[in-house]
Amino acid sequence: MNAFTPAPSLLRAASTTTLLEVDGVSLEYRTAERSVRATHQVSFAVDPGDRFILLGPSGCGKSTLLKAAAGFLQPQEGEMRLAGQRIDGPGADRIVVFQEFDQLLPWKTVKQNVMFPLLASRTVTRAEAEARAVLYIHKVGLGSFADAYPHTLSGGMKARVAIARALAMQPKILLMDEPFAALDALTRRKMQEELLALWRDVNFTLLFVTHSIEEALIVGNRILLLSPHPGRVRAEINSEQFDLTSSGSEAFQAAAQRIHRLLFNESAPAESAYQDTAVLLRSAP
Amino acid sequence: MTAHIPSRPEYEIALAPFTEKPLEHTLPLATRLWQYGWLRKGLILIVLAVIWELVARNQDNDLLLPGFLQTAEALFNGLASGELLVKSAASLDVLLRSYLIGILLAFGLTTLAVSTQLGRDLLSTLTSMLNPLPAIALLPLALLWFGLGEGSLIFVLVHSVLWPMALNTYAGFLGVSETQRMAGRNYGLKGVRFVALILVPAALPAILSGLKVGWAFAWRTLIAAELVFGASSGQGGLGWYIYQNRNELYTDNVFAGLTVVILIGLLVENLIFNGLERITIKRWGMQR
Repeated sequence: MNAFTPAPSLLRAASTTTLLEVDGVSLEYRTAERSVRATHQVSFAVDPGDRFILLGPSGCGKSTLLKAAAGFLQPQEGEMRLAGQRIDGPGADRIVVFQEFDQLLPWKTVKQNVMFPLLASRTVTRAEAEARAVLYIHKVGLGSFADAYPHTLSGGMKARVAIARALAMQPKILLMDEPFAALDALTRRKMQEELLALWRDVNFTLLFVTHSIEEALIVGNRILLLSPHPGRVRAEINSEQFDLTSSGSEAFQAAAQRIHRLLFNESAPAESAYQDTAVLLRSAP
Repeated sequence: MTAHIPSRPEYEIALAPFTEKPLEHTLPLATRLWQYGWLRKGLILIVLAVIWELVARNQDNDLLLPGFLQTAEALFNGLASGELLVKSAASLDVLLRSYLIGILLAFGLTTLAVSTQLGRDLLSTLTSMLNPLPAIALLPLALLWFGLGEGSLIFVLVHSVLWPMALNTYAGFLGVSETQRMAGRNYGLKGVRFVALILVPAALPAILSGLKVGWAFAWRTLIAAELVFGASSGQGGLGWYIYQNRNELYTDNVFAGLTVVILIGLLVENLIFNGLERITIKRWGMQR
């Protein structure tokens, strides 16, 4: 069962090159009467420059894991380390891009929104913050909307501003919690493309939560599959070789089917197809 | 497998640029004028004044109901002689000072309430105890403690501003979305900076409505308190003006005093509060 889960000792050995280490983390959330276990002893490691995907059905605790990485939740057991430092609270070295459109502050213009975290965390001076804001707003293609208020923007534009705001902070790791889930299908596809282009341009490290197998394969280079109730690691899969142009290919479809089987614990209908994909995936760089 | 036979042929249309009609045109003048709030409200005021004048002429009793024109004349005389201006200034001076104290205390209490459990309990206990208490009911006590004068007025006015203001502000803070809170914490904001940079602007619609309610309560309480114990240190406010003129049966002056109370209320509401809303929450799309 645990063949896909690296042993914690292995993780520690690899910690010199690892950026984010999640080590046997169990998370619980409380209601008034009970405490519900969201994830159970989850371990994984994100390397610098990774586009690491947390994928699983609802109830697998993927968003809870991301919130814990952001420092909003404390693990019940285990710990998370960013560049060797234990995470024990929110901090500006990990910037979250949320799914909700209201993550932008409505009382600030696009440029002021992008500048806000830089000034609030006292990272840089006002002039430097403004220069960075202008740069990243141009990078996400919103140069002519710098002085617009968020309520005048479309959903896709708001998502772009949120990404620009996160990138301008130049965080150690960018945490994205289903950032495109509230967008329409066409806009979502375009945003995935732009995110990949930005990654090639800026080369940030990304931890990305999604429930879409297709999005995981397109956006990620590594995918961690989580099983629900409570969230446990089911598999880690490489997906470096897929992007938007390969989304119709047979290998892509096979990988998607393999993930589907792993997530929903179905037995493989055609053993040969499964092995083909496995070989293909292993031979990938 | 049989070939699929379409029920009708496909077609494509090459679209030339659209030039047949202008894409936008201006609305008729009457429709555009009707968009102006002050014009609509002014019309309502004129209709009310006409009705007032007609009823007064029908009654024909200056002592009980002076007409609009009579009141306007008394108002003009009062303003021209400077008496009404002095009285209004005296009232507004006390009002503004109490209002500011009330706002500061309300912010202090709500900031405490969002940061600690004990502050929360303190605020909810105090507001549920003191908010239903009419400010005027505290006046006898205030007179005992602070004597006949400004001190008592300020005490009851602060009481009338503080609780509704604190309740509204706190409700606004509670309504701030979880995403915006997490965003603020994500950037390392804590304590007073978190309140000032995230909670206050995000709760501004509720805070502004608290300011409005507080203003109305304070204004009301002030006039009532002045009517009860009148002049302080030889110089009364508008309430005292109304009271004096009633004693001397100058009913038109009473109406003039009331008109000033109403006018100041309208001005503050329409110029200050609406202006504030226009440059903040309406501009930010937080309120229509």
